Formats: sequence, C-alpha cells, structure tokens
Amino acid sequence: MQAAIAVRNLTKKYEEGTTGTLALRGIDLDAHAGELLLLMGPSGSGKTTLLSIMGCILTATAGSVRVGGREVVGLRQKELPAIRLEHIGFVFQGFNLFPTLTAGENVELMLDLKGVSAAKAKKRSQDLLEQVGLGGKYASFPADLSGGQKQRVAIARALAGDPGIILADEPTAALDSETGRGVMKMMSDLAHKRDRAVVIVTHDSRVLGFADRIVKIEDGAIAAADDAEMVPAGLLAREFPRAAAGLV
Amino acid sequence: MPPLAERNLFHDKVRLTVTVTGIVFSVVLIVVQLGLFIGFTTATSNLIDHSGADLWITSKNVPYVEQGVAFSERKLNQVRAVPGVADAQKVIAHWTQWKRHDGGQESVQIVGINVDDSMERPWNLVEGRVEDLKSPDAVILDELYKQKLGVTRVGEVFEIGGYRARVVGFTRGIRSFTTSPYVFTSFKNAQDFTRMREDQTLFILVRLAPGANLVEVRQGLLDHVKDVDVLTNAQFSHMTTFYWMFTTGAGVAVLIAAVLGLVVGFVVVAQTIYATTVDHLREYGTLKAMGAPNRYVYKVIMKQAAISAVIGYVLGMMVSVFVVHGSEKGGAAILMPTPLAVGMFFLTLAMCVGAALVSINKVTRLDPAMVFKG
Repeated sequence: MQAAIAVRNLTKKYEEGTTGTLALRGIDLDAHAGELLLLMGPSGSGKTTLLSIMGCILTATAGSVRVGGREVVGLRQKELPAIRLEHIGFVFQGFNLFPTLTAGENVELMLDLKGVSAAKAKKRSQDLLEQVGLGGKYASFPADLSGGQKQRVAIARALAGDPGIILADEPTAALDSETGRGVMKMMSDLAHKRDRAVVIVTHDSRVLGFADRIVKIEDGAIAAADDAEMVPAGLLAREFPRAAAGLV
Repeated sequence: MPPLAERNLFHDKVRLTVTVTGIVFSVVLIVVQLGLFIGFTTATSNLIDHSGADLWITSKNVPYVEQGVAFSERKLNQVRAVPGVADAQKVIAHWTQWKRHDGGQESVQIVGINVDDSMERPWNLVEGRVEDLKSPDAVILDELYKQKLGVTRVGEVFEIGGYRARVVGFTRGIRSFTTSPYVFTSFKNAQDFTRMREDQTLFILVRLAPGANLVEVRQGLLDHVKDVDVLTNAQFSHMTTFYWMFTTGAGVAVLIAAVLGLVVGFVVVAQTIYATTVDHLREYGTLKAMGAPNRYVYKVIMKQAAISAVIGYVLGMMVSVFVVHGSEKGGAAILMPTPLAVGMFFLTLAMCVGAALVSINKVTRLDPAMVFKG
C-alpha cells in the first residue's frame, strides 16, 4: 500500500553563519491512511521540524519526501502551497483560528481557498461543525468558545479541504485532560473511520493509547528500542510504561 | 472570500482608530502643504492669469509683473496697428504707499486699468462695481486686507502716494504673494498714485482678433514695436511665478515643506499600515500553512490597506476642506483645486498600498514554523 507520506533519508540543516545545525539526520518514515502516528521526543529533538517538512512548510536539505505519491523535495517554494491545500490539513497547538471570523467563517476560509462557492461553503461549514459537535456555534467567535471547542473548530477547518493527511502539533497541550481525550478520540476516528493518515507531534503521554504507532525522535534521528525505526503499539508498555498503565 | 480583511480592520477599534488617524493626519498634512504651494504659486501670477489678455508688452527684460519699467504710451497706437490685434490697453502695476487714518503707512500694489475695457478688471467683487472706478479718486481692494489698510467700509477716504483715494468696492480672494495688497484703480489714478509721467505706461495688454495666430501676431508686434518684449500670457505668468517661487527662495521653502509633507505623510502611513499588518502576522502565517498562495494573502493585506485608504481619505478630506475654508480669511491661501482632491485619493491609495507592499515583504519572509509555536 502506498504511504500517504513517505520520508526517506531526510536531512535538515539550519544554516547559521558559517556553521549549521543538523536538525534531522537520515529520517525514514511512512504515514499510512487509516493510522494514527505519534511523533514523540524531547524539546529540540526535531519532531516539529519533521512535521513541518512532512507538511511541506519547510523544505528538506536532502532526502526524499513523497506526499500523496508526489516527490516534494526540490519543488519551488511557490509550488508547495498547492500541495498543502490538496493533501494536508493542519491542527495547531494554539488552535490558530482567525479571531475576527466566526467559527463557521474559519471553516469557510479553507473552502474558499479550495475554490468552493460561498453558498456551498456555508452549507459544508455547517455540516462540518455538526460533525465535530458544534452545530450551534456557527456564528460564535473564537473568543466565545472554550479551548476544546476551538480545537474542534480547528479540526473542522482541517477537514474542510478533504485532505488525506492530518498533521497536528500538540493538539491537546492547551486542553484539560477530559477535553484532550475528546479531541484525541476525534483524531482517532479521523484515522480509523475516515481513513485519514493522522500524524501527531506530542509531549502528552496521556494520548499514547490512541496511537497505532509511536515514533520517538531524539537528536534529529529516530530512536527506538533495538534501533527499530518504528515503535509498534505493542512496545508501548516498554517505551512508556507509566503512560501505558494509565491509558491503554 | 470570508471578510477577513474587513474584520481584521474593524474588529479592534483602538487599532482602527490609530490606523485611520495616521492616514487622516497624512492626508491633511499633504493637502495643506501642497495646497499652500498651489496657493502661493497661484498668488504670484494672479494678476496675469486673470488679465484676460493674450499678450503682454513690457519694457525689455522685465523679469516679473511687479518689476515693470515705464515706457512711452505712444507705443499703444503702434500696437493697435499690428494686424491681428483686436484690443490693446495700457496697464500699470506698481508699488506705492497707502496711508492709514492712524498715520501708519502700508506698501500696496496699484493696478491701473482702463475701466471701460474688459482686460485686467478686478474680479470676485462682493461690494461695489468696477464702473465705480471711473470716479477720479476711486479704488477697489480685497476685503482680506481691510484690517491691514485700516479700511472698514465703502466710502472711506485715504491717501495713496500723496493723493486722495476713496474706497468704492471690495473683492474677495484676490491675494498678493507679497505683503503688499493689490489696489485697483483707473489708469489715470494709477499714474497719479505711482507718480508716473502722463505719457508713460508699464504694460500694454493685447487681445487677439478671433482667428488670429498668436505666434504671428507676436512676431508682428516685435517687428513693429521697438525696444519691448512681447510675452504670451502663459510665458509672463510662468516667469513671474518662477521669479517669486525660486529666485527669491520663498517658494523653495514652500516647495520643500510640501515635499516634506509628502515624505512625512508616507512614513506615517507606512508605519501605520505596517503595524496593522504585523499585528496579524500569525494569521497570515496560518493562512500560508493552510495552503493559501501568496497572492491570496496579499489580497487580504491589500484589501485592508485599500479600505484604510478610503476611510482615511474621506475623513482626511473632510478635515482638509475645513482647513482650506478656514484659510480663506487668513494670511496664506491654501487652495485645493479638483485635481489635487482627486489626485490625493490616488496618492492615499498608493501610499497605503505601497506601505502594504513593504509589510508584505515581511509576510513573504515569514518563518513558516511560527504556526507551530503555541
């Protein structure tokens, strides 16, 4: 089965004057439709950089990244937005909603980017908000929503473009435990019931139980027991015993 | 498109007030400075521009209208004999002294005309008639200078150059570029007031016959009338304006002020629009991360700038009209001709869009990873 995102021998170096910082070193990773993949690791390990490159926001220094079967390394900067728009939906830690637009308009903005007419966008926006349990919040501004509601609007917005891939950066970090579980359940459903490839960067060990796979990144490389590239869910107890005991 | 630009602009009322205030300030500053410049340049050549003449005949090398040199009025007949000349009249424009009732003296510029002719007549009369100047001692002056000359009403009698002068009317808005007001009177009175010999004049104004060729008539005059310059109305107007604006340095100061007004106005607008854009940088980053092409983001920023420009222009022009109106009775004229008002709209738009382009540069260089920071 073709991976939704396939990363091979990925290297990212940040140039700083005459020296440089190697943020990613030879990463190999696949994200498949229908699975929820967690990227974990300490701060500065390179997981957000990896997510940014997988999301075609940053460009790689070397290696290969195929999104929806298309090689994106080497594409010009101005070609990347179209790839993002077609294949990827983002969910951010800080929600990144447009505070001056209502919940419905936030979702419609994505549809507008996709070229959907205003009337159809409104209908679709209402449907999506229904799907995330915010049917009555179309006209609410982000400032009037709780953290969990904001994140659900963000998920509805990410889904509006009907992407095959959802990339999320710490989606539960700003949420309380119960709300976080609700959001993760939604992300899990996206993967398992709607066949999306969902990749989540997180520090939050409370969400481990929702993962199909966990990839641990350290110092810009994939670090796992026995040098394995991927950490199967079965290894959860060994890698994160306390979290596993609490959630799985 | 969801109304992102409009909402960004109107959502934060304080920011909107700051933005619009900056643009209004710039619009008013530029209109006032350019209006002053236009007012000054217009004032320098007022007499020539309103003369109704096609050609001016002066002594040789007269640099500007206030610097006329007397020549024999017998040339008038020579001028009238040149083919293509429909009308020719003697005119005096010369400085002399006005004596107020309190004994104080003010310098004035006497404009002596043929009252029966249509050239160089006072315009914008608000009291009295031009024909009243036929009286031996009659003068008409602008109401702007009533206080300066100690005049309160029509009928008052003063002394000009040692001769009796009686005020018979007032004009409105005939300003002099210098501190010396124009005082209109008959040619004969002007000779007395300026102590000019009876057989002399300072200028001869010429009006062409219908269908006559300006260049040919001018050449004819040069051929038939010796020791004079023959200038078109536009030439003499330009020479006079150039003299006052640039040779004296007075106009350079106004011009520099106008240019500074433009620069300061642009800087204020640029800073204001830039700050407004930077306020929403994170949102633009999110838009780009969502897959919006640069042109989509630029459109939002440009729309925001354009709306700001329109609001700033409308409010700025309202203030400007008030200032311009207020200046009508002041010492310095601020003029806002239609081309300035229309041009100001496009200038405001250009300034705002230009400033937005500067901030777009910032958006273009956005670190995409910023969207992943909580």
